[in-house]
Amino acid sequence: MDILVCIKRVPDISGRITLDDSATDIDDRSLGHTMSAHEECAVELAIQTAADTSGSVTVLTLGPAEAVEQLRAAVAVGAKDGILIETDDLSAFGPEDIASIIGDIVRDRAEQGQTFDLVLLGNDAADTGDFQVGIRLAYDLDYPVLTGISTLHAVEGAGAGDAGAGGPGSGGPGVEARGIGPSGTEIFSLELPAVIAVQEGGVDPRYPSITGRMKAKKARITEYDAPEPGTGNPRIGLELPPETTSSVTILGEGPDAAPALVDILEEIGVIRS
Amino acid sequence: MTLVFVETDEGGQVQLTSAEAVTFARTNADVLAGLVGSPPEQPPGRSATSGQVAQRPQGSSDEGVTVEAAVIGQLTDAATEQLARLGVETIHHLEHPELEAYSAAAWAQALVDIAPETGTVMASGTPRGMELMAHVAVRTGQRMAANVIAADADGLLRQVLGGSAFERLALGGDLQVLTIAGHACSPEDTTATTPEVIEYELEIAVEDLRTAVVRTEVETTDAADASGLTQARAVVGAGRGVGSENGFGEVLELVNHLGGALGVSRVVTGLGWRPHSEQVGQTGSRISPDVYIACGISGAIQHMAGIEGAKTLIAINTDEESTMVQRADYAIIGDLHEVVGAVNEEIRTRHG
Ligand SMILES: Cc1cc2nc3c(=O)[nH]c(=O)nc-3n(C[C@H](O)[C@H](O)[C@H](O)COP(=O)(O)OP(=O)(O)OC[C@H]3O[C@@H](n4cnc5c(N)ncnc54)[C@H](O)[C@@H]3O)c2cc1C
Ligand SMILES: Nc1ncnc2c1ncn2[C@@H]1O[C@H](COP(=O)(O)O)[C@@H](O)[C@H]1O
Repeated sequence: MDILVCIKRVPDISGRITLDDSATDIDDRSLGHTMSAHEECAVELAIQTAADTSGSVTVLTLGPAEAVEQLRAAVAVGAKDGILIETDDLSAFGPEDIASIIGDIVRDRAEQGQTFDLVLLGNDAADTGDFQVGIRLAYDLDYPVLTGISTLHAVEGAGAGDAGAGGPGSGGPGVEARGIGPSGTEIFSLELPAVIAVQEGGVDPRYPSITGRMKAKKARITEYDAPEPGTGNPRIGLELPPETTSSVTILGEGPDAAPALVDILEEIGVIRS
Repeated sequence: MTLVFVETDEGGQVQLTSAEAVTFARTNADVLAGLVGSPPEQPPGRSATSGQVAQRPQGSSDEGVTVEAAVIGQLTDAATEQLARLGVETIHHLEHPELEAYSAAAWAQALVDIAPETGTVMASGTPRGMELMAHVAVRTGQRMAANVIAADADGLLRQVLGGSAFERLALGGDLQVLTIAGHACSPEDTTATTPEVIEYELEIAVEDLRTAVVRTEVETTDAADASGLTQARAVVGAGRGVGSENGFGEVLELVNHLGGALGVSRVVTGLGWRPHSEQVGQTGSRISPDVYIACGISGAIQHMAGIEGAKTLIAINTDEESTMVQRADYAIIGDLHEVVGAVNEEIRTRHG
């Protein structure tokens, strides 16, 4: 099974952030970068599934030239190659644009004889958190889509039809995917090709090996220039929450402060007695 | 009109987050109506977006904007009463054998069928809410804004970067599709209405059932854990400071004394000490307990994103300078094992 994983270069944030001069983007000059947590899991699931089905994994990103680092990081853990769609202003693109650009690449690759059976994305990007690129991509490609998926594996004879849901279910190659729903683990069975948005929590992303790192340096990265954004980004600007001054009451140090804490818990009324 | 997708729990009660979304819809009804159809303002130097129609809504603010709810599946009397108290004027109820198994596309199409042509469709920012609104947005050719926390004449404000920054945006379009961030507002009752309940007959396209749930395994505890966590009045948080997989004894005893739930940081789940279903934060659960006691958690923004809704924040940490201590209402500086052990002891003495 050949799998495409879409990853996004995002700033690695731990403390307070600052905005750039136009206040339309965060100032990431002093920040490191990474891919979103969900996408690390998507890469891991892709590698496992590809290995089980003698397929391969390609990673794709729309972003600045530096985003090649995230593509190489994915190659270092087992992806075969990468696609960089380069733009120096990612924030000019809205989720509609990103989805349609990825859709064009998928179709373009199919014309060149490389069909992806499965396209994986993160459930939501760590920075913009639009929660929609995967779903938009699926409609663009006319593929079925699942979100919030934490594990998946390849099966023969997939499709919702056999469960009496009235779906198609012709029984071709497919995947069984699981995610946490409101009343338990939900299991989906779907035919390929499909789009799946992955949620952290089902697998532990692996660390790169030495040989992986070596491979990543030499990996084939195909580059495209991003087209002009179509729909564009509806963003007017970014705002930061007001800086809060601490108003903490220190109850004390060490175990001696325990009674003061129990007083507070009693006052709130949460001690089950 | 503003249509709110309302989720109910196993017992047929309206979910807290849905009650919040209904309240948001009601208290912001005029503002939301005013935003419909307004073209997005572009920051200087950006090309204008195409295809935006600057049409004013039919139900403009002075005519009064109705808040209507859509419930898929069982609609209990309790839920109807709750929605009445929240000010919902019409409940659109959809029950269909084909909708029993969750299928995002089929559920979304059902919402599209009852959504107004002009107005707002929204849900709370739960996994279902996010997924359905994204489908609705594509099916109606609109943009979608996730995790909105406020609306005013200049547009919507939504959480980005796990809540450490806000994005101001204007969706434009005749139908605004959005989700409300969990705990962006508290549910508020109003003069109770007697909602009209409209039952829907649906035609469901086979195409839309391509991704229906084929089976649910309820015996796994993950979902139960996560819902216990989001509903608990008291949550004890545990982070790297716990030290090891075997270091949870004291915090679990405290959880027990409080009849609460355990919540952990991503470091803890990442190290495999506890399951991901217990994770609190941007990529875990968002909680709103009466009290959150963070033990050995530094207070990274992605963790804070999950605890914005906590009413009282207590930190137990060796580092007085840590963000968690600085952001807390109360703190004890010290080793969590010693402090939590002493707290348990004190509770045992006082409460037998
Ligand atoms: C995209 C993304 C998503 C993320 N999502 C989440 C998320 O959902 N939830 C989440 O929690 N994190 C998330 N993170 C990770 C987050 O950035 C932090 O790495 C994490 O929250 C830190 O966990 P921690 O506080 O347990 O560990 P640390 O940051 O290592 O802090 C440990 C704390 O324990 C204290 N301590 C140590 N020993 C003791 C002791 N004996 N007694 C008392 N105190 C002690 C230390 O002073 C310190 O404050 C995410 C990160 C990214 C990039
Ligand atoms: N610029 C991008 N390049 C590659 N993939 C992206 C990009 N933006 C978003 N994605 C993918 O879409 C997912 C959901 O993003 P979003 O809808 O923006 O929250 C992310 O987790 C990524 O997998």
